[in-house]
Amino acid sequence: MTLGAETSLASWRIRLLGSVGNTITTLVLGVILALALIPALRWAVLDATFFGTTQADCTGGGACWVFVRERIGQFVFGFYPEAERWRVALTFAVFAAAAVPLLWPSREGSTLARLRQPFMALLIVGFPVLCWLVIYGALPGLVPIETAKWGGLMLTLLVSSIGISLALPLGVLLALGRQSALPVIRVSSVTFIELWRGVPLITILFMASVMLPLVLPRDVTVDKLVRALVGITLFASAYMAEVVRGGLQMIPRGQFEAARAIGLSPWQLQRLIVLPQALRIAVPGIVNTFIGLVKDTSLILIVGMFDLLGMIQSASTHPDWLGSAIEGYVFGGLCFFVICGAMSHYSRRLELKLGSN
Amino acid sequence: MRKPLLIQIVFALVIAIGFGWAALNVAGNLERQGIASGFGFLSSTAGFGIISSLIPWTETSSYGRALVVGLLNTLLVSSLGIVLATILGVATGVARLSPNWLLAKVAGFFVELMRNLPLLLIIFFLYFGVLRLLPSPSESLSLGDVIFLNNRGLYVPWFFSVPELDGFDFTGGLAITPEFIALLAALVLYTAGFIAEIVRGGILAVPPGQREAALALGLSRTQMLRMVILPQALRAIVPPLTSQYLNLTKNSSLAAAIGYPDLVQVFAGTVLSQTGQAVEIIAITMGVYLIISLLIALAMNIWNERTRIIERGAA
Repeated sequence: MTLGAETSLASWRIRLLGSVGNTITTLVLGVILALALIPALRWAVLDATFFGTTQADCTGGGACWVFVRERIGQFVFGFYPEAERWRVALTFAVFAAAAVPLLWPSREGSTLARLRQPFMALLIVGFPVLCWLVIYGALPGLVPIETAKWGGLMLTLLVSSIGISLALPLGVLLALGRQSALPVIRVSSVTFIELWRGVPLITILFMASVMLPLVLPRDVTVDKLVRALVGITLFASAYMAEVVRGGLQMIPRGQFEAARAIGLSPWQLQRLIVLPQALRIAVPGIVNTFIGLVKDTSLILIVGMFDLLGMIQSASTHPDWLGSAIEGYVFGGLCFFVICGAMSHYSRRLELKLGSN
Repeated sequence: MRKPLLIQIVFALVIAIGFGWAALNVAGNLERQGIASGFGFLSSTAGFGIISSLIPWTETSSYGRALVVGLLNTLLVSSLGIVLATILGVATGVARLSPNWLLAKVAGFFVELMRNLPLLLIIFFLYFGVLRLLPSPSESLSLGDVIFLNNRGLYVPWFFSVPELDGFDFTGGLAITPEFIALLAALVLYTAGFIAEIVRGGILAVPPGQREAALALGLSRTQMLRMVILPQALRAIVPPLTSQYLNLTKNSSLAAAIGYPDLVQVFAGTVLSQTGQAVEIIAITMGVYLIISLLIALAMNIWNERTRIIERGAA
């Protein structure tokens, strides 16, 4: 016991004060941290105002968290009517429940693993439909809510989840196309992938929002949200194709030869042998692409839609709350940090697990 | 042997018909809206101002010149960003592996923070949350009375000319707009977070025997890093570094959100809304980014060839 304490004390001494250079680093860094953290702590907690209803209640000189408290409904749901917000919550609860069998690391052959493929198909087709039926309100008895009223964290998660679910099948097709023996299909796939990967997302969103109405016949109108989704999906599918290609390349040649030897057709070979293995290897990459997409979704504010960041931005320019921008950004940053951090933690654990198999 | 050929012909036909149908719709829609097509607009007078430009710009300049102004601004912020992000990224990556616990943890927190926040949030935070809240020019923060920082930007000495407060604004020296500072700083911080992870991974990929051998030879830690570890780590670092440089260049288009006059803000933003020639403008903008991407990839491939270690026995 005593020995253990001594050893750990000694190891701390080495880690912080091991040599002259090390000691100086610790001291300098310690002073800088103290100079930065103490005022930050005072601003965020000690001098901050947590309760009240208007900016006038914030008299402490620190952060005015009243702003976040007052606007939290908008940050999460946008301008979606308060009485109908249960519909959004319900849709996301169903989505989360359906996503569990896909993301839970389960052994091949277990019930959960067998559910994986039907669930994935269900999710890809089902989630956008569910959003349309329940969140938009296409079901009889529900009040339709225009997509212009959707916003906040809900829009961030909705756009990125629909984007990734549509991008996955497209990405698989593109990745297979890129490896195809047929030159026309190979060249088309490579051109598609490299084109969207070579340009910024903003230009794709601009393109989708300006060009889509031009490309379609005059009597067809496309909702702003759908336009943004088209852009996001094109963008994500190109990155997804590369992630899936990485998975495909990990499949040993022997698997192909064995499948052909037992007489599987090319489609059977892909569907039964190659894709299930490749997609499993690609899961960490898919999660990382999703994290990127959650962050990139904030760009839809450039084409006039308000995700979490967009809502914070517009709320902090409201005359009642001028000067509260930092509180808003800190809150938004915390949301993104927790959501993306949790997902990247998950994908890193999965990567380690796959690596050890 | 016939079947693959048939599949390809059908596939090509479907794509061609799709494009043809879209082109017909575009032509019809443009005609109805009375929008001209073609690239003639590039020589028309622009008639708007641009807050910062590397080449002379007046409101009578042409749209074509606006394209060049935007492109040069994109290249300026990207090239500076690449250099600074590499320096900060390498430093952070090395710091994460430092024997000093505090330094390693602080570097690790920085990396996690940058990797999990949207770039646009960092840009907004720096621009609306920090730079725009600075005092006015008459109450500037100053460093030794030669460098001034206020809500109009940063003023630094430039070629024997020192900035001076003249009435309500500064004259002389070099004025850097807050838009540029916010964009550059955000790009550098954000990309450095990703570069740090690449550098750390590259260093860890060098066999531990190399480090032990270097220390046994009596090299200091700095010498060991500079002469033994980093040159070998570069092999693993350069390819993913290339995609970070490409990302930074593409991400510089977020300039549009705070009004820094880059290619997207000037050309795909202002020029597009003035002329309405969406097809041509978006095609040019995307084409320019594709060319930049290709050039960076090419340059990095050449560098990659040169940093590759020639294995013993290779011809």
